[in-house]
Formats: sequence, C-alpha cells, structure tokens
Amino acid sequence: MTILLLALRRLAASLPTLFLILAGLFLLLQLAPGDTVDALMAQMGGGDPATAEELRRYYGLDVSALVQLGRYLLRLVRLDLGMSAIYGKPVADVIAERLPVTLLLMGTSLALAFLGGMTLGVIAARTVGRWPDTLLSTLGLVFYATPSFWFGLMGIVVFAITLGWLPSGGFEEVGSGATGLARALDIAHHLVLPTVTLALIFLATYLRVMRTAMLEVMNLDFVRTARAKGLGPTAVTVRHALRNALLPMVTILGLQAGTMLGGSVVVESVFALPGLGRLAYESVVQRDLNTLLGIVFVSAILVILINFAVDLLYAWLDPRIAAGG
Amino acid sequence: MNRREVLAGIGAAALSAASAREALAQSPRRGGVLTVQLSGEQRVLNPAIRASTGVYIITSKIMEALVDLDAQGKPAPVLATSWEAAPDGKTFTFRLREGVAWHDGKPFTSADVQYTAMEMWKKYLNYGTQLQQYLEAVDTPDPHTAVFRYSRPMPADLLLRALCDLGYIAPRHVFEGTNILENPANTAPIGTGPFKFVQYERGQFVIAERNPDYWRKGFPYLDRIVWRFITDKAAATAALETGQVQTSEYNALALADLDRLKSDPRFTVSSRGLEANAFNNTLEFNCRRKELADVRVRRAIAHAIDVPFFIENFIYGEGKPATGPIPSSSTAFYPGGKPPYEFDVKRSNALLDEAGYKRGAGGIRFSLKLVPIQNGEDVPLLATFIQQSLQNVGIRVEIVNLDNAGALATVYRDWNFDLATGWHQYRGDPAVSTTVWYRSGSPKGAPWTNQYGWQSAVVDKLVDDAATELDPARRKALYADWVKAVNDEIPVWMLTERTFLAATSKKVKNDHNYPRWGSGDWHDTWIEA
Repeated sequence: MTILLLALRRLAASLPTLFLILAGLFLLLQLAPGDTVDALMAQMGGGDPATAEELRRYYGLDVSALVQLGRYLLRLVRLDLGMSAIYGKPVADVIAERLPVTLLLMGTSLALAFLGGMTLGVIAARTVGRWPDTLLSTLGLVFYATPSFWFGLMGIVVFAITLGWLPSGGFEEVGSGATGLARALDIAHHLVLPTVTLALIFLATYLRVMRTAMLEVMNLDFVRTARAKGLGPTAVTVRHALRNALLPMVTILGLQAGTMLGGSVVVESVFALPGLGRLAYESVVQRDLNTLLGIVFVSAILVILINFAVDLLYAWLDPRIAAGG
Repeated sequence: MNRREVLAGIGAAALSAASAREALAQSPRRGGVLTVQLSGEQRVLNPAIRASTGVYIITSKIMEALVDLDAQGKPAPVLATSWEAAPDGKTFTFRLREGVAWHDGKPFTSADVQYTAMEMWKKYLNYGTQLQQYLEAVDTPDPHTAVFRYSRPMPADLLLRALCDLGYIAPRHVFEGTNILENPANTAPIGTGPFKFVQYERGQFVIAERNPDYWRKGFPYLDRIVWRFITDKAAATAALETGQVQTSEYNALALADLDRLKSDPRFTVSSRGLEANAFNNTLEFNCRRKELADVRVRRAIAHAIDVPFFIENFIYGEGKPATGPIPSSSTAFYPGGKPPYEFDVKRSNALLDEAGYKRGAGGIRFSLKLVPIQNGEDVPLLATFIQQSLQNVGIRVEIVNLDNAGALATVYRDWNFDLATGWHQYRGDPAVSTTVWYRSGSPKGAPWTNQYGWQSAVVDKLVDDAATELDPARRKALYADWVKAVNDEIPVWMLTERTFLAATSKKVKNDHNYPRWGSGDWHDTWIEA
C-alpha cells in the first residue's frame, strides 16, 4: 500500500513537468515549416488549394496555434490524446498497437545487454590486465563505436541472404495465421537479429561499468574479510562483490529506460518493425502533432514508472538506501 | 477490342491467344501469394478521394475505375463498357458494366458513379476537384447509364485519360450519409475489383485475397496479395533477395541496388509497365529575384548544367535530357524536338555578362538560395550538382535542406527561395498535372503550381484553349506551341525525363504488361510455384 501511495505521489509531482514538456513540444513544432497537410500533399504528389483548405479544416489547422494548443490540453485533461493524422484512428489505439513491439524488442535487448555486460564485465575484472580483459574491452568498444544500421544490415546479409537461417525483417510471418506457441516462436525467430543488433550497442556500456565497479569493490575491506575467512574466488565474486557492484549498473538501466521507450528508429527501420521509434519519426516527418505528443506523453509516464521501479530495486540490492530514504 | 476485354469476355481459350502476344510459353498457375514491398504508408486507402501512386498500388486491386489504359496506352473499358461524347463536348455518356457486385454483395449501379463523381471527385480528390470543376451533374437515366453534364466543353481524350487515375468508383451505400473523410471504408476498402480487402496492420502489411465472384470469370489467378511496408531501402532489397517480397515498384529501392540487381538473373529491373508515370527533375526559378526575372539569367543557368553528365554519373543512366514538360512517352501530345538548353559554359558566361552581372570579388556574380524538395534520393544529388555547376559560372548557391513538408511550405507558401529542385510527375495529360506549373493565377500555397512570380499572357491563353479544345489534333498542336513557349521562357526547367523502375522476381508472370501495371488490377498476374 505504501508503495502504491509513493508511486502516486511521484506521478503527481511530475505532472507539471509533463505539462511543460507537452506545451513546449507543441510550440516547438510550430516553428518547423510546413504542417501535416503539406506533408500529405508531398506524399500524394500535389493537389489543388481547395483540397488543401478542406483538409486543413478537417485536421483542425484552420485556427491559430494557441487555440489548437488550448484544444489539445483540454482534450488531454480528459485523457483523450486525439486522432492520429497519419492513421485516422485515435492516437491511444495507434500507440497501443506499437507499444508491445517496442517493449518486447527493447526489453529483450536490454536484458541481453545487461546480462551479457554483467558476465563479461566480471570476467574482464577477474582477468584484469591479461589477454581476456584486453580482448573483451576492445570488442566492447568496437561494438559501441559501430553504427547500429551497419550491424543490422551485415546481420541481414550474413544470416538472411547468405545463410538463409533468419528472416530479413518483419515482426512475424505475414498472414501465417499461427497462434499460441507457434506464433511466439515465429516472433522470436524474427526478433533474433534486431535484438542482438540493439543489445551489442548497449552491451559495451554495461561491460565497462561492470568491470570498473567490480575492480573497485574487490579492493574493499569486506571482500578481504571474505577471502580471509577462506572463501574461494568464485564465491567471493558471486556472493559478496557482485551484489554491491550491481548498483551502478541498475542506475544505468534506469537512465536507459528513456532511450528504450523512444525505440530505435534505425533498428526498427532496418528490420521493418512496427515500433514506437518509427512511429515517432513518421509523426515528425508527417507533422502529426497529436501522435507525436501522444508518444511523448506515454513515454514520459512509463519513464516515471520505470524509475520508480529502479528505486525499489536499489532498496532491495542495498537495504541501507531504503533505511536512509 | 483490347487485350483486357478479350481476356474477360472469352475466357481461357482466348487467353492463350492473347498471351501469345506477350510471348508467354507457360500456362498460368492458379494460387500463390504475391508480396509487394512498399516504402511508406498512406493515410487513406481510397483512390476516389486520394490520387497517388502509393494509394493506387494497393487499392487498384480492390477498387476499379471506369476506364484503364490498354497495352498500347489507350483508354480501355473497365466498369464503363462504352462511352459517347455529345458534339458540343458538354455531355458525356457512359454505359456501365452489368452484373458487377461490390465485395459486400450489393450490385454496382450508376448511382455509385453519380455519388462518387459528385461527392468525392468533385469535393475531395486531389487533381479531381480541378478536373471536375465544371461538372454540373451526373444523370442516371437507368442503373447502367451515367451521363456527365459539364458547363464547359470537356475534351473526350482528356477526360478518359484522366479517369484512368481519377476515375475510381466507391460504393455509395457505404459512404452515403457519413462523413466521407472519416468513413472506416477509407482504410478497409470495399470495391468491385479482383481482390477483396482482408487486413491492414499499421506499420506492417496489408492483405487482400482473391474475389471468387469477380466479373472477369476465372480471374484473378493469385490467391493473395500482401503489401509489406519496409522503409529502409537496403532492407527492402534484402527482402527481395531473400524472397520475402517478389516485387518493388516506383523506385522504392536505392538506385545503386537497382543497378546491381539488373545483372542478377533472378530479377527483372525495368521501367516497363510503369511508363504511364513519367517524371522530370526540375529547376524552378523564383522570378521575384531581380536576377532571375531576367530570362537571360535563367537560360544562362540552364546552359551551365551538364544534364547528360548528371544522368550518366548520378542516376546510373536511367533517364534522358528532357525536351520540354511533355515526356516522350506521352505519344498523344509529345511534340518532339531536342533539349532546349545544351551544356555550354561559354554561352552561359556570355549571357550573364550580357545581363549585366559581371563577376565581382572571388569571381562571384551573385548568390542564390536553392531549396531541394526531396521526392527521391537523386534530388539532393542534383542540388549539389547544380551548386557546383553554377559555381563555375560565378553564381554561388546555398542549399537549404528541409524535409518534404518544410520544403513545400517554404517554396510554395512562403515563396522563400530563389531556386528549387524536385520532381514533376506527368499524369497522362498535360491538363491534369502539368499546365498548372505554368498557368498564372494559382492561389498561394498550392504545391507544384506556378508560384514563381512569373506570368505570360501567351502561355495562359494556350493553356486555357487547349483545356477545352475538343479536336485531338488541334489540341496536340496547341500543346506543341505551349511547349515551345515555356521552353523559351523557362520559369521552370525540366532537366531530365525519367520513368520509374521496378525490380521484380522472374517468378512473377504477366507482370508489367501495360503502361499502368504498377497501379493496375493484376487480375491476370500469376506466380510460379
């Protein structure tokens, strides 16, 4: 119960920020030349002014920016995100369609990156200065520095075109009609390449943070004590050092939650995945204000929730934090 | 009789004879799924309110127009079986096909034609509102006759050619009494075509399946068509190479990949079947700039740009220098001739000197702002090429990069440009798509119209006369005079003449067999097992 209250208090505290973000973004987008009807005209290869005028009226663009903002905020109070200009459906529906894909993709990649980074970081720390450490650190840097679209495309060239093991893109087999486990396996099959591509980018960060944290913790008194009482190196690492070294990792996880919800435009485009990142990009290009503001709104709320969860996780990892807070 | 009617009327026996013309050795296979790659999503899937190749490529399989082109590029019957124009050109009578049903089972009648023409084409359809602005009424004396009444003479060839794109019929019983723009059938289309709409997953795919009750008996061959949205061009090529998709139309792949796939035996890369959609690279001049108001400066700029070099080195030789705004594929109007402005730096410099713009400090005569309108990947390349070419004759060019919506607003609404470059897309008849680029009087803000602060009484008169001239030969002559006039004045310069490219798996048969295939119904298309 206290947790729920705490969560609600957090949410209430961030409402003014949320309002400022949305109003600011709305006004910022007014500065971009062209509106959604211009984008539509560009897409359909032109049209006469009467059509354009009719469409401006339809999209509610025939009034001043302030009136538009007022209308938007008034709707928002009633939790109505408006209609998406691109899809002609309520923004809430459009986002609800995309959210699972993004959450699945980003969740699995972050988990993979976190676990991989943690394991490799520990190995690097334990072999510090020797060849495994050098190799892992170098590889991590290489992955970090390589653009994700290149990774994605190379993955497609090798595993989809040359070897034919994995599909080159898409979320699932179109029109296969599979359900249940078969569908889950199909989706997993499609998500292998994009997940690994994204995870490799994040991996380097976790690897380096884990390595540093481990090295620091390994020199602390309680580790020396553990060794002194006769524990083996593995037990020391896993039972004593790891848990303490995980704190900075969790911090990064919380920070990356924001990036995560924005999705990855690049990876989603390369693998033709219908995620939030591509939707946001498309909304900007098509000047679809409602959808863009809707994405920002939903992402902001989710970021708040995730950071709250991270705070709880801190307390679980290190009881001193909860006692202090 | 044309090929498509033969196919429909006589069936399988006539089919082999008709197919022989296409040098088809195999007999068609029934069944199979054809998957098409698309690079972007459309907001509505209703060709009666939205004219765009991106809409046609999906909906033309589901909905049908009154007429379509035949293999020779002439208007041929689809939902209209015959037509007749009154001698004064103000009345146009269509006989409609009988025994055609909408996908929901209701019969197709003249009431559908009347409703679509008056409520959709005339009110909402881009290019249609303009084409039908003098349409007063559509009379329906019986369920299979529709009489279009115009207040000004409407040339039959203009109307028929335009109706291939701007003549799709929507079901009255679905739209009547609703807000047309918000009707759910705009994204779940109901038509009379060979394929029925099944499913649209936003951001992923659209599926349509065989219509067993299609009026062309025995057609279509395919069980399903799937359109997949793959925005990344490299990924789209990968999908084609792995067999996830079988065809990609309208330059949806990168030019470099198209060039590479040309030598791949698994695919055909060609502009065949897309000839009805010719386009040009353009250079528009804002004549409100005093330098550009001088026709000598505009001509000097044209002379300074080596168009053949651009075609050869930037767009893999896919195109040729344009001879004017009417492309050579438009045989009904193409006046012939050669490119009006040869590459000639010396002449360019001489013209600029003559106009009084001597080279100043650093060899610069004056500076211009160029706004690329990014219709395709070649547009920024051409912008850079123009920049470097004009540098050689002493004009400094600053490129202003904006996305599509931004560029359109900047050029056509705010007039905040000196030069602009993009594409001009020709839609079968100069009066539909092209004369608006030159005719004065377009309201501020209409994209791809004359917003250059340029006006010519001669050109305006030629445009108006040709739009109401009923005699095809005289119409062609008027357009020849018009091309000559606008080539001379160049308020906008058409540099290249190009057709779109498609990359298609050789497993696909009866593909690209008429000039509007990309936007066609694919009733006779089939796919190898």
